[in-house]
Amino acid sequence: MNAQRVFALIKKELRKTVRDSAVLFLIFLFPIIFVFTFSTAFGGSGGEQPVYNIGIIDMDEGNASQILLAALSDTKILNLNIYGDDQTAQNDLSQGKIQAVILIPKDFSLSLASYQAAPDDPSRWINTTLTLYLDKGSLIATQAIPPIVQQVITLMTGYEKIVSLSPLRLETAHLVDVKKTSAFEFMAPGMFTFASIYIIFMVAQSFVQDRENGMMKRIRITPITPTEFMIGQILSYAIIALVQAALVFTMLYLLGFRPNVDLHTYAFTFFLLTVFSFSNVGFGLIVATIAKTPGAASGISFLFVLPQLFLGTFVGASLSSSVQVASRFVPNYYVTDALTSLFLRGAAITSQTVLFDLMVVSASCAAILALGVTFYAKCYKD
Amino acid sequence: MADSIVIIEDLVKKFEDVVALDGVSLQIAKGELFGLLGPNGAGKTTIINILCGVLKPTSGFVSINGYDVQRETRKVKEFIGVCPQETAIYPYLTGLENAELFGDLYAVDKHTFRARCNMLFERLALAKDAKRRTEKYSGGMKRRLSFILALIHDPQVIFLDEPTVGMDPQSRHVVWDFIRELKREGKTIILTTHYMEEAEELCDRVGIIDHGKMIALDPPRTLISKNDVGNLEEVFIKFTGRKIRENEWR
Repeated sequence: MNAQRVFALIKKELRKTVRDSAVLFLIFLFPIIFVFTFSTAFGGSGGEQPVYNIGIIDMDEGNASQILLAALSDTKILNLNIYGDDQTAQNDLSQGKIQAVILIPKDFSLSLASYQAAPDDPSRWINTTLTLYLDKGSLIATQAIPPIVQQVITLMTGYEKIVSLSPLRLETAHLVDVKKTSAFEFMAPGMFTFASIYIIFMVAQSFVQDRENGMMKRIRITPITPTEFMIGQILSYAIIALVQAALVFTMLYLLGFRPNVDLHTYAFTFFLLTVFSFSNVGFGLIVATIAKTPGAASGISFLFVLPQLFLGTFVGASLSSSVQVASRFVPNYYVTDALTSLFLRGAAITSQTVLFDLMVVSASCAAILALGVTFYAKCYKD
Repeated sequence: MADSIVIIEDLVKKFEDVVALDGVSLQIAKGELFGLLGPNGAGKTTIINILCGVLKPTSGFVSINGYDVQRETRKVKEFIGVCPQETAIYPYLTGLENAELFGDLYAVDKHTFRARCNMLFERLALAKDAKRRTEKYSGGMKRRLSFILALIHDPQVIFLDEPTVGMDPQSRHVVWDFIRELKREGKTIILTTHYMEEAEELCDRVGIIDHGKMIALDPPRTLISKNDVGNLEEVFIKFTGRKIRENEWR
């Protein structure tokens, strides 16, 4: 492979990106303006009644916890998962597998019994605390789960109106942090992929234009190999995706997004977005194969941009559960999920969920890119 | 022909049921300036596309400088230069950046590139506009730049597909002078043109192609005298039964 040829194509493509005002707007300015507008104006929830997966760590030495669990289960909103230890439950919480963890203390039964023996004499109660850990990556979970759990506990003690007069106290362990998290911050991970999907337009239009004005043929007449050509193009778009990610991150940072993560996590984020950009190149090539004119390329690109926009970015979290199932079929869902786990849930790069997301993104993006390259090469060989 | 650098043997190209080339055979000598003439759709550009390796023939054999174009395409591409019919340049790059891109694609080293660039931009009267974006170039300037891109790597065999189309007379004469100079340097040039005057002025030999077949092949003066006519255009009309109508394809 000749590096001079590859770098020549990268330089050409980057110059085009900077100098073509339409491309500049579409790839850089539009996502930033959209991110700004969307993040300041939108971020609510909606859809049908959800079911939350709750982890239970039952350390109670008596049987009262079983009554609590039955009551929680009866709400039909909470799906209980029993854990043997705190570490496993916390790992699952950090990876988004469950939305909350309730730690039932060992004196829970004693506390309840003390209350039942002298309901009107708080001096004889044995006070205890149930600890509730919440998924910081879910706006809905942080707001919906604590009142539900509190209500169940209140019903157990019989004090429906004066909650403060109970030996059972619910402490939401991470709620202090969560309250600082705005709706915009919940949407931030999805905004990274939002910007990147517009590369589909750029790739499709660039290839169709070059074909239409004879540049593609002219380049094919030179000794450049198809491999060198494709590597040059793909690297160009990867660089553009990195610049996009940096701009989006800067914009998010300026708007107040300050995830408490280390440099490795940032590096991993940029790596993941680079891998993700390959799928957009692949989709762009598929569009370029089908489209005969740059105008048609723009139109057809929407077929690939819109599903990813609605299913894989911050928009998807606000849609119904059935739509969220469909989200699993777009690659950027996994990028958004990984970034949510890293930035909001505090998951490690090596956690099971993040590694699984990376694996799905890598495999799907490689497959889409290979499909795009094969499809394009087959149709335009002669 | 003993010193043939381009050999075409029984070349056939079919596009589904349309026969674009029907058994064309031709040999072009090293250093020859060969003119390929023919009406629209005669098969001229198809021959050029096959010779430069971007189109596969249905059957037949094509070689350049002893290399089979189909089997040793990359080798062939290193020493051919092609100025295509369409003005293929990047509008968002300057003239110099377009040349730099193609210099890099041909892996020309920086020192050689600078020397070639200076000479070509000077010779084709584009030196003053080399650093301007080509979207601001006139049609003639774009054609001249396209010509520079084809020659940036100093190719031995040059294909010029309608190189002066759309140029004003002044630009056309600049290009003609440069083509003559290339011939003096010993380059082999294959030129397709609609301008009979251009072919008569420049070419050592011309081949007239029609309906995919080579119907005449000789030096212009021989063709004129053999057919007892006044100029090459009359030869063309005699063989093809029609005049060149440039507007037809523009």
